[in-house]
Amino acid sequence: MALLSRKDSKLILDPLADNNPITIQVLGICSALAITAELKASIVMALSVLFVLGLGNVVISLMRNMIPSKIRIIVQLVVVATLVIIVDQVLKAFAYELSKTLAVFVGLIITNCIIMGRFEAFALGNGVWRSFLDGIGNAAGYGVILIIVGFFRELLGSGTLLGFPVLGNPIEKTGLYAMGYENNGFMLLSPMALIVVGILIWFQRSRNPALIEEN
Amino acid sequence: MLEHTELFFKSIFIDNMVFATFLGMCSYLAVSKKVSTAVGLGAAVIFVLAVTVPLNWLLDQYLLRDGALSWLGPEYADYNLSFLSFILFIATIATMVQLVEIVVEKFSPALYNSLGIFLPLIAVNCAILGGSLFMQAREIPSLGLAFNYGLSSGIGWFLAILAIAAIREKIRYSNVPPPLRGLGITFIITGLMAIGFMSFGGMLTGGDEAAPVPEETAVQKKAEEEKMNLEEETEQTTVSYNAIEKE
Repeated sequence: MALLSRKDSKLILDPLADNNPITIQVLGICSALAITAELKASIVMALSVLFVLGLGNVVISLMRNMIPSKIRIIVQLVVVATLVIIVDQVLKAFAYELSKTLAVFVGLIITNCIIMGRFEAFALGNGVWRSFLDGIGNAAGYGVILIIVGFFRELLGSGTLLGFPVLGNPIEKTGLYAMGYENNGFMLLSPMALIVVGILIWFQRSRNPALIEEN
Repeated sequence: MLEHTELFFKSIFIDNMVFATFLGMCSYLAVSKKVSTAVGLGAAVIFVLAVTVPLNWLLDQYLLRDGALSWLGPEYADYNLSFLSFILFIATIATMVQLVEIVVEKFSPALYNSLGIFLPLIAVNCAILGGSLFMQAREIPSLGLAFNYGLSSGIGWFLAILAIAAIREKIRYSNVPPPLRGLGITFIITGLMAIGFMSFGGMLTGGDEAAPVPEETAVQKKAEEEKMNLEEETEQTTVSYNAIEKE
């Protein structure tokens, strides 16, 4: 890690595990859960947030000395909204089917609490390079959870990954299905996203007891 | 009249913002530790949704959608400004919240004291922007229905946060495994409540059951195959669901 000093690499690595935006800071759950029924949608969502948060942090950090603190929320909303419009238009142009699946949830990146949270907590008080790293780190922490949840929901729910059948063909009964395995369609329904995230939190806190809450 | 009643119950129970579309989860989880604060935030959400959804409906109808500008004259009929909807919707919401805060502070200090601290939180609550975006995606046909949609979605959100806050107050006395305490168990309870709310799906017969969220339809088709599986699960959730009603 000669490229990054120790302090800088901590900015990226911390949110991936012990300070994860979803499981520890409880931010950005709104748009995270609804689109994780497929792995592909999860990956695209993770990339969109990476783009918006990385660039947004840079822009806010550049303007941090010019924004009057009374209207900073509006300024932040305008910056995010502009970046999200770019993402939305790019998705509509190059991945139209996927943008239909994500529907309004691309727009909801604007009110994703991770983004406003990082602007408020970090970009308003730190330099450009560090803000960029912080944005990338937090978006990656968010993306990791999204991809894990999407992986399990798609694998157990429809027996595919990124649309490719990995467990055999459920109709012709090949692969695992020949042994009597069935897809659990319940995994595709929205309530299971919550339960999968709950189990992830359980797993993470059992491994690291320092994170356990009082009650 | 019928479509009003139908939309009303549909938005509260079937398309409940929290349980069906996960909107406003951040504040739902963060502000649900006590019933009294949950009521304050819930009331503020109802209020702001009922104001901003009709406003954004007007914006969408007369400014943003394809051909919306034709009231200015035939030469404007080809404009489609819908790519601007995110920024305009969020601007409307932010200004409205600010305006409501000022007006309420001036005319009703008592209401301000109970709602006031939650109003700034609300500008960045996904439920508010989500309400407007879903209003646009579902092509709600009239201003009255848009108001109805905002109001009833708000009531649905209010019910959800009230229920979880009541459960969390009680759960403090139970022996939850330490790693699950706090956030973990809240997630799992919300999941179970969402399964319970899915049973409202059969409530409406006839009328427009088409055109819900695209993601939901695809999912629900697959779900039909697994209905047996689902029914087993709902039995378990009735326990937690009864708990909600007692509260």
